[in-house]
Amino acid sequence: MITKRIIPCLDVKDGRVVKGVNFQGLADVSSPVELAKYYSSCGADELVFYDITASAEGRALFTDILREAASSVFIPLTVGGGIRTVDDFDRVLKCGADKVSVNSGAIRDPSLIPQAAKRYGDQCVVLSVDAKRVDGRFRVFAKGGREDTGIDAIEWIRAGVKNGAGEIVLNSIDTDGVKGGFDLEMLQAVCDVVDVPVIASGGAGCIQDFVDLFQALPKVDAGLAASIFHFGEVKIPALKKALAVEGIPTRL
Amino acid sequence: MLAIVDYGVGNLFSLTCSLRAIGVEAAVTGDEEVLARADRIILPGVGAFGDAAQALRRTGLDQVVRREAAQRKPLLGICLGMQLLFDYGAEYGRHDGLGLIPGSVQPIRPVIPADYKVPHIGWNALHFPKDRPVSPLFRHIREGDCVYFVHSFYGTDCDEHTIATAEYGPELTAAVARDNVYGVQFHPEKSGTVGLSILKAFCEL
Repeated sequence: MITKRIIPCLDVKDGRVVKGVNFQGLADVSSPVELAKYYSSCGADELVFYDITASAEGRALFTDILREAASSVFIPLTVGGGIRTVDDFDRVLKCGADKVSVNSGAIRDPSLIPQAAKRYGDQCVVLSVDAKRVDGRFRVFAKGGREDTGIDAIEWIRAGVKNGAGEIVLNSIDTDGVKGGFDLEMLQAVCDVVDVPVIASGGAGCIQDFVDLFQALPKVDAGLAASIFHFGEVKIPALKKALAVEGIPTRL
Repeated sequence: MLAIVDYGVGNLFSLTCSLRAIGVEAAVTGDEEVLARADRIILPGVGAFGDAAQALRRTGLDQVVRREAAQRKPLLGICLGMQLLFDYGAEYGRHDGLGLIPGSVQPIRPVIPADYKVPHIGWNALHFPKDRPVSPLFRHIREGDCVYFVHSFYGTDCDEHTIATAEYGPELTAAVARDNVYGVQFHPEKSGTVGLSILKAFCEL
């Protein structure tokens, strides 16, 4: 039986892991490579490396770190942040990434998804969406959640999958950083329209939030979080044990 | 020396790193002489069956791999590399494989429940067939250990040579073996310590 995945996300800036609360106020947490090894050893099913560096030097440092992590951690790695062209896919895949996540890059150029899917396969292309409620609809936000694109999130995701996105990461800006649980309503709306894996992001504050997620929405494949793992508020072995006790298939 | 067949398909960075982690330096090569000198060979692969089969033939490496396998050299196909071991694949038309494992490669969609997603992506538990001894490839792992899968096609009509399955609705072929020829549908290089243990067992064959 396929297991539900638990995915820590590492936001990397200038070679260090940071995590924003509601995307603001970054705080240094740890070394990306050390953290990746630690998570892999305690049962993380996959890791996301998110490059939030703007400078060229920072970008080169990021790929060095990615290469080092991929040399010592043998679980799937997804890379996102600053992916604008198929060449960006190439750059991170060569450094050991298995999947590449696109967000603002796909908003700027929607042909990026089909181009990348054609070259690397659907399974390699992850569409990451930051969404927020505006006037009773789910709207896509760009630039790390700062800019309302006016695009309807459900339509955007449906089109992305049709164009070759093999997996969706849905990050609810409404619940992100609040630690009150995942945005079950928004996730349900996405699960209703796509048949590729959906990864829930934004809002987890405790173990029970993951249990509630997988129990309420069996179609969700994975739960992603950052700070609660980085600060040790949720420990992955205890989380997985709790899922198993609730009868949720998990890799122990 | 272990050689990884380089026929221009896929990214071999993770595979070489995972082998290094178990103390094995691999030569990534498309050179016939290096493959002939190797004491074991890994056939990797990602992408579509037809393209990969064609790339193998174009480089002449299909003959080299068959010849080395015929000399009882341990051979391990990974993911699409495993599928290429079969007689043929039915992905975008019918394409001949290496014919080292009897059977064919077919889409999983028609055989799994409608609400199961394709591709089959994620960690799934290995089941060993009850009617035969556990394969030496799995001597360091246990029944029920999870490995990482990413695939939309699967090997079928190969019951006799199936050494592991994974439940995704029905039990899908997860690994095959015939004499010195082994194939795994999952990615041992992305399956944590369980995957490294499988690679280690292969290197001990």
